[in-house]
Amino acid sequence: MGDGVRRRDVLTGAALALVSGAAARAGVIKGDLPWRPDAVSPPPRVEPGPWQFFTPEELPTIEALADRIIPPDPETPGGKDAGCVVFLDRQLAGAYGSAEGLYDRGPFIQGVEQQGPQSSKTPAQTYRAALQALDQYCRDGGGNGIPRGRRFAELAPNEQDEVLHGLEGGTVHLPGLEAKHFFITLVKDIQDGFFADPIYGGNRDMCAWKMIGFPGARYDYRDWVSRHNERYPLPPVSIGGRAEWTPRQR
Amino acid sequence: MFDRGRTSLLAMALLAGSFSACTPAVYGDGYRDRQNVDLVERGRYLVTLGDCTACHSDPTRADSPFGGGHAVPTPFGKLLAPNITPDPQTGIGKWTAQQFDDAVRRGRMPDGRRLYPAMPYPYFARMSADDVRAMRAYLDTVTPVHHAVVSDQLPFPLSIRAIMMVWNWLYYRPGEWQPRPDRSAAWNRGGYIVEGPGHCGACHTPKSFLGGDKRRHELQGYSLQGWFAPDLTGDPAHGLAAWSLQDIAEYLETGHNRFDAASGPMAEEVEHSSSGMTAPDLAAIATYLKSRESVSKAQTASPANSPVMLAGAAIYRDVCAGCHKIDGSGIPYLIPDLAGSAAVASREATSVLQVILHGAASAATREEPTGPQMPSYAWQLTDAQVAAVATYVRNSWGHATGAVPEPAVKRLRKSSQSRD
Amino acid sequence: MGLGWTGSILANELTDAGLEVMAIERGPWRNTATDYPPNYAQDELRYRIRHELFLRPSQTTFTFRNKMSETALPIRNWGAFMPPNGVGGGGVHWNAETWRFLPSDFVLRTHLTKRYGAHFLPADMTIQDWGVTYAELEPHYDRFEYLCGTCGQAGNLQGKILEGGNPFEGPRSRPYPNPPQTQPFSHTLFAQAARQLGYKPFPQPSGNLSQAYRNPLGVRQGQCSYCGFCEWFGCGNYSKASPQTTILPVLVRKPNFTARDQCEVTRINLDPSVRRATGVTFVDATGQEWEQPADVVLLCAYTIFNVQLLLLSNIGQPYDPLANRGVIGRNFTHQTISDVVSFFDPKKFIFNPFIASGAIGMCIDEFNGDNFDHGPHGFVGGGYMGQVQTNGRPIETTPVPPGTPKWGTKWKQAVKENYLSATKPGTGVHGSMYSYRDVYLDLDPSYKDRFGRPLVRITMDFHENELKQNRFLTDRFAEIFQAMGARQMDKQYRRAPYDIADYQTTHLCGGAIMGTDPKTSALNRYLQSWDVPNLFVIGANAFPQNAGYNPTGTVAALAYWSAEAIRSRYLKSPGPLVQA
Repeated sequence: MGDGVRRRDVLTGAALALVSGAAARAGVIKGDLPWRPDAVSPPPRVEPGPWQFFTPEELPTIEALADRIIPPDPETPGGKDAGCVVFLDRQLAGAYGSAEGLYDRGPFIQGVEQQGPQSSKTPAQTYRAALQALDQYCRDGGGNGIPRGRRFAELAPNEQDEVLHGLEGGTVHLPGLEAKHFFITLVKDIQDGFFADPIYGGNRDMCAWKMIGFPGARYDYRDWVSRHNERYPLPPVSIGGRAEWTPRQR
Repeated sequence: MFDRGRTSLLAMALLAGSFSACTPAVYGDGYRDRQNVDLVERGRYLVTLGDCTACHSDPTRADSPFGGGHAVPTPFGKLLAPNITPDPQTGIGKWTAQQFDDAVRRGRMPDGRRLYPAMPYPYFARMSADDVRAMRAYLDTVTPVHHAVVSDQLPFPLSIRAIMMVWNWLYYRPGEWQPRPDRSAAWNRGGYIVEGPGHCGACHTPKSFLGGDKRRHELQGYSLQGWFAPDLTGDPAHGLAAWSLQDIAEYLETGHNRFDAASGPMAEEVEHSSSGMTAPDLAAIATYLKSRESVSKAQTASPANSPVMLAGAAIYRDVCAGCHKIDGSGIPYLIPDLAGSAAVASREATSVLQVILHGAASAATREEPTGPQMPSYAWQLTDAQVAAVATYVRNSWGHATGAVPEPAVKRLRKSSQSRD
Repeated sequence: MGLGWTGSILANELTDAGLEVMAIERGPWRNTATDYPPNYAQDELRYRIRHELFLRPSQTTFTFRNKMSETALPIRNWGAFMPPNGVGGGGVHWNAETWRFLPSDFVLRTHLTKRYGAHFLPADMTIQDWGVTYAELEPHYDRFEYLCGTCGQAGNLQGKILEGGNPFEGPRSRPYPNPPQTQPFSHTLFAQAARQLGYKPFPQPSGNLSQAYRNPLGVRQGQCSYCGFCEWFGCGNYSKASPQTTILPVLVRKPNFTARDQCEVTRINLDPSVRRATGVTFVDATGQEWEQPADVVLLCAYTIFNVQLLLLSNIGQPYDPLANRGVIGRNFTHQTISDVVSFFDPKKFIFNPFIASGAIGMCIDEFNGDNFDHGPHGFVGGGYMGQVQTNGRPIETTPVPPGTPKWGTKWKQAVKENYLSATKPGTGVHGSMYSYRDVYLDLDPSYKDRFGRPLVRITMDFHENELKQNRFLTDRFAEIFQAMGARQMDKQYRRAPYDIADYQTTHLCGGAIMGTDPKTSALNRYLQSWDVPNLFVIGANAFPQNAGYNPTGTVAALAYWSAEAIRSRYLKSPGPLVQA
């Protein structure tokens, strides 16, 4: 290594993998800007297929949750039909679910709110526990006069909302969990899936972008920056494209 | 991190035959004039003109230039370029001046074996004996590298060099460049460089199926290694008609002009060769090229409202306009002007497909150090979509080159690209 | 150490001076076409929500507490700030807001004491003069602006106040290299409203280029296309100033420059006298440790990592807040940010928020620094404010009026109704944070990094001075949106306690500050370590307190200033440039 003098190995095992796994391009840069053809790392396209994280038991619950957080209306699908659960399924099965890249050394001590989350549980673990706990809470009849024996997906929408308000307000407790914190995360995750690029599985057909008028993954507005107070006319486009990209067969 | 190489021209002759005559020897053997600094400098410059380093230096061994061993890809297999440092055992240190001249201008090695025209001796034949002597004088001063290279790498029967006898009979024309008295000094100098050490036709002239130049279509473009070396004549549809003398000189010197950027094999040519040429020589090359007139058959542009063009327009607007702008004009010296780009105007779409599918890194020189790069779109666009946007780009803004067929995209998608 | 803005500037200057320079960068090489091309750079989930271009806390993080009496806990996932990683550093993902500090900012203690009296300053406020003046830095600000092609309208040209620029700025020797960017609708309306209220709005100085540009090194940039994917993201079309688009193409080609990426420096090594650095120790991506000898060590690793390396290498006396002794870790600051989100009649206003650049915006500077009389208000400091909205990215920028539920039918409806007619500036009020005795850095007693080294511990909370400042500024800011015609406004004051989970810019400053007295500063006025003369520590760590502007312009000016001192004086006669 040139002038460097080699000493000893200081990283082993898991710590090593954490660091060198993602981008194994370490090297010396000298003389030229490094470049290789085809050297891009595009986002992985979520393809329809079997569920990778949610179990058949969990699916009705999470789908019902998605449809309460983003209810369907005549113009725009709700969370479920918009693909938010597909989105979340792939996210929890991947780096987000396993809290990859986060600092996970102990000790794990509960601090004050402004010290940030300190849980040793990954999002994947949290969802598993929370979905089960939520259904159990509903089966137990909760404390809100909801009749016993029905899981979350079987409640009426207004009853479901009541449970969610309880989670949000801190009146509904789920054993072994920070219920309020889970709910905040859940809302964020579902809404992330709603608004993210469709390539990630949610925002199907760019329905969320169409709802608000966001043109998507466009990169050139030079011809529009001076056009004030006019509706932007071009349809949204995803990183994966739009229908007009493929020549129509006559 | 990057490969280099050159194309080569190679054919398999089915007939045995006579071979071309040698030019007579013109100077004594064994003479070395190492104190003649002018001669050595002239030789260094000629070696730059000839871009010898492109084949004879191994990019992974930057500390031993001209040491050979670099794999030169050809359609028929790989050749390893020899060691041309003065090392007596593994280089050309023991060669006489005549032997060096025979190799460079006649394609013959000291033991009588014939060179494959991967070594562009049919072009170097135009050079003067004095120039070749100067090149030798320079190479004599290069640090000797002890590096044995077995050049013969082609499969049988191409490995039989004697077959080159037939190829030479068909395609080798001996004789130095003859200046034309009715032309300017600049034109003649440009012609000497282009036809001689510059060996531009090696890439830019279409070839027969035997790999020899189609002399009636000199410099009118040729497809090699996933790129299309453009038409360098003044053809209004496919050539450099829209480029001024200044545009050509700038492009060669810096790798960029207001229209276009040198990428792929040409980026390396610029970096190793033409960026080191003098301003008068660059102007001379431009003068010569601008005099090469030709007019190809007119083609009709794909109609703007055809399904392919409409799809291409949508892709262009969404994906390409961010850099190349809605009107294709790009940013001068940074992002090619698609209307004035020689690559876009070419008869064949190969270069356009190459950069769309695999990306490209443009030349970086002292004058133009930015070296902007184009990303790869292979992961994002299907074959039909690549064909559509390539068709759109090649049939807009004054271009008329017809539709790009999907199979061409499919073929090029698979080929892995070296920087050549 | 570190190949971000400061590393690139220093490396380029010193290779020009003939030195062999090696840059050791912890993160990966980054390059436009292969890392953030314009066909997948515009991915909000990947780059803004999952922050892919940033350091992974698992590689290094910090611990945090508000008060000395508390136990610091690790920052397990970034929130309040996001340290960059990789070649280009913060220059890859910043939004290129390119400001200069005010002349008074550099002599802050002297200036405020003179104007208001020493009693006006809180007793535990530890602001200091910098040891360098605006006038000394002016040519270096200019140098950076011309390197970047910064776009703006000069407000003070050699003493002459020009219409349309910032009338409060320090005098500049020549105009900006490029004209300001074109402003979208809501930004233009904000300026009109500000003018009506008697302010002097001006375009934010922008490193997103308004036109194609060739800088003095010969490197070219293109024209910004207002894509709305600027901060957090790499720029896909060569139109945002970064080390990649301004310096590296030239630097990398120099024969006397080498860079190593994915190598983390763990220690600066000292000789037995501990007054000379002999080089650094670093660990490569495979876990092997190496030692790199050097004649001069330049610490360019970003504010807090610079402080971390000084602490871990035992250079300089660590700050003890109780004893009020020591220098490494003291005067640590951040920024005091707040926002006003406003809602307009969707039938009358179509803002198209997605058309924007990172440094777009119309700003006013009436309430920055000491540009107004603080006497009646009982605080010091201030900041610029502006409609500096950079995006309409839907995950982050779908505002709903206060009181709207955060989910459900009403939420969905409110999002739809307000997306095109709301304004969300982001860092709309960009206020200073002055330094205090109990806001500092040191090493954590329990948490460790992957090498087993202690993490840096941040002890930080807001003081009443900054909270007062922010209330005042936020109210002034809201008045402008009122004048614009907002029918509803959400004033989001900055409140205590300081929250490590709430993003507030990555403008961390201080910790190894410059000054004239080694007892109260780590570096002399050339950013040379008082303790180890062949060590220079370049970054916002040098700021004795943070002003009401984005820091990068000043960081770069200091880098050029220090480089000039090294080239013209240190190299000729290595040793302390200032006698303590």
